Amino acid sequence: MNVADGLPVPVRTKRSPGRGQAAGRKRAGYLFVGLYVALLLLFGVVPTGYALYLSLTRPGGKWAGLADFLNTGHDYRFLPAFEHIAVYLLVWLVVLVVLVLFLALMLHGGVRRTVPFFRFLLYMPGALAGSASVLVWLFMLDPPLSPWRFVESLFHLSSLPQVVLPDHLPFVFAVIAFWTGAGGWIVVMNGALNNISDEVIDSARIDGANAWQLAFSIKLPLIKKWVVYMVILAFATGTQLFVEPTLVSTASFGEVSQFWSPNQLAYYMAFTEANFNGAAAISVDLLVVCLMVAALLVFRSKFFEIE
Amino acid sequence: MTTSPIGRATAQPVVGPRAARRVSGTGRAHRPGGAWRIGTRTAWYVVMIAATAFFVVPLIWLLIAPTKTDHQLVYEGPMAFGSFHTFVRTWDQIYAFQGHELLTWLANSAMYSVGGLALALLSAVVAGYGLALTEFIGRKVLLSITLVVMIMPASALVLPLFLEMNLVHLLGSAWSVILPFGFFPFGVYLCYIFFSSTIPKELLAAARVDGASEWDVFWRIALPLARPVVALVGLFAFVANWTNFFLPYVMFYSDRQYPLPVGLEYLVSSTSAFNPVAGAHSPVLRPELAMATLVAVAPVFLVFLFAQRALVQGMLAGATKE
Repeated sequence: MNVADGLPVPVRTKRSPGRGQAAGRKRAGYLFVGLYVALLLLFGVVPTGYALYLSLTRPGGKWAGLADFLNTGHDYRFLPAFEHIAVYLLVWLVVLVVLVLFLALMLHGGVRRTVPFFRFLLYMPGALAGSASVLVWLFMLDPPLSPWRFVESLFHLSSLPQVVLPDHLPFVFAVIAFWTGAGGWIVVMNGALNNISDEVIDSARIDGANAWQLAFSIKLPLIKKWVVYMVILAFATGTQLFVEPTLVSTASFGEVSQFWSPNQLAYYMAFTEANFNGAAAISVDLLVVCLMVAALLVFRSKFFEIE
Repeated sequence: MTTSPIGRATAQPVVGPRAARRVSGTGRAHRPGGAWRIGTRTAWYVVMIAATAFFVVPLIWLLIAPTKTDHQLVYEGPMAFGSFHTFVRTWDQIYAFQGHELLTWLANSAMYSVGGLALALLSAVVAGYGLALTEFIGRKVLLSITLVVMIMPASALVLPLFLEMNLVHLLGSAWSVILPFGFFPFGVYLCYIFFSSTIPKELLAAARVDGASEWDVFWRIALPLARPVVALVGLFAFVANWTNFFLPYVMFYSDRQYPLPVGLEYLVSSTSAFNPVAGAHSPVLRPELAMATLVAVAPVFLVFLFAQRALVQGMLAGATKE
């Protein structure tokens, strides 16, 4: 751009430079976001709208009002699927919050030069997200194979079918989700803790706070918003459970039902029963939950600034 | 305009120096004086090693499993190493499964992930720039929608997408996963943060005064500075696409079209590896299944190993705007 100094400045004579430029920039703005907006419409807005349309109509397109929602709501598989998810979410969120905070605080108050090492190892299983992690844990939970068989024998579990009983599944899935996801959250919490200023911690220490008080009265309140963020995201993701119950159902040869979670039920309705309207109604139920949670975080928490 | 602002901007990490300090974990001194009682330190190590064992032991088990036969898996110690010879045999077995189907799945995974990644980069980088540094009607609305969709789990859209693809008869086509993979609001948000926090508006204004068109400003000035965020968005898109199970699971009918994560499920369903009685003579048993899992996770594992720092920065950037 130094080169331009010696060159004649382009002279605009035809239109007022300010307005012309601003209009040009606006047009350019639309062009820049054009492709993304097209993708957003085609693979975000349109499928949502179409699912909503299907959920309010009958096969053939006749208006159905809320009939699809009522019918799926009265389906004998509907409530159990949502109950499963509710129990899973309860277990998973409690485990997540308690253990992630515990490990993040341990890391933060620990032997400093080892922190990157431990943090990396805790984070590594995230690479196995999805079906790989479920398979690994099917191995891990199969008593004859498991390095944890001593733990399983404490609960009198001696075979895989005993481990994956329907009542156990919320716990099994919480373990899998924790194994793959906790490391990432520990990294985030650790980052938030490192962001607390030295002065705050030092002055608390000078005032005589011990490590315990430091963690609970100083550090935790300062990273509270991150905990809220984690819980909201984990909640939204948790409602979507699909790959875990699907694989466990396949591996247990039908002992675990194919509609354990709401997403599975919707999938089953669409694929096996060709009930697209019912499937759409359930996916709209789930979408509404996720949309509300996401909107809450974006517009109410001040977590994101939209200037 | 000298090179100094450019140099400064490229040297900056994606989310600013504070995040870099947080990431490196060296932001502050932990203990004044460092006199730590040996008892406390030992207790700390015991807890940390126990916790780490929970995360790492399954990974080590997975690496060892293919070195053993199915029989050895059950009757030898879970963490005992088998033999290299068995490892090779296990590989041969899984490699031969249904005419090298594992390779087909690998190629499919690569095609879907990279195709989706390319589209995501193409759309996200320019859109992030447009949202950060240009003005247009609806900009704030678009930003808000992007944030909401970014927070929503991608799986919430899978069944609606399936219904849509069914309507337009794209089910079973590679496009049915590549196109949705290209819609990557998190990438747009990362680019938006990068462009709005690291590229000085004056730099762009100066270029405009010099007569550069809007596209020139983006292409010649902003984009070369954005290399770190392009790499970051690429990494995140790749990991998300590669590990995605639900979307390809609903879109494809034929196992020849599956990507690896869905292929793993197919292996479980078609080989009775978890049903030792029925599967006693199947060529694919648990060691082969473990081997296939290793193949499926290897690329993401490598990304994690070599790009750990960048990924961590991105995770922090996902929630902070500095």
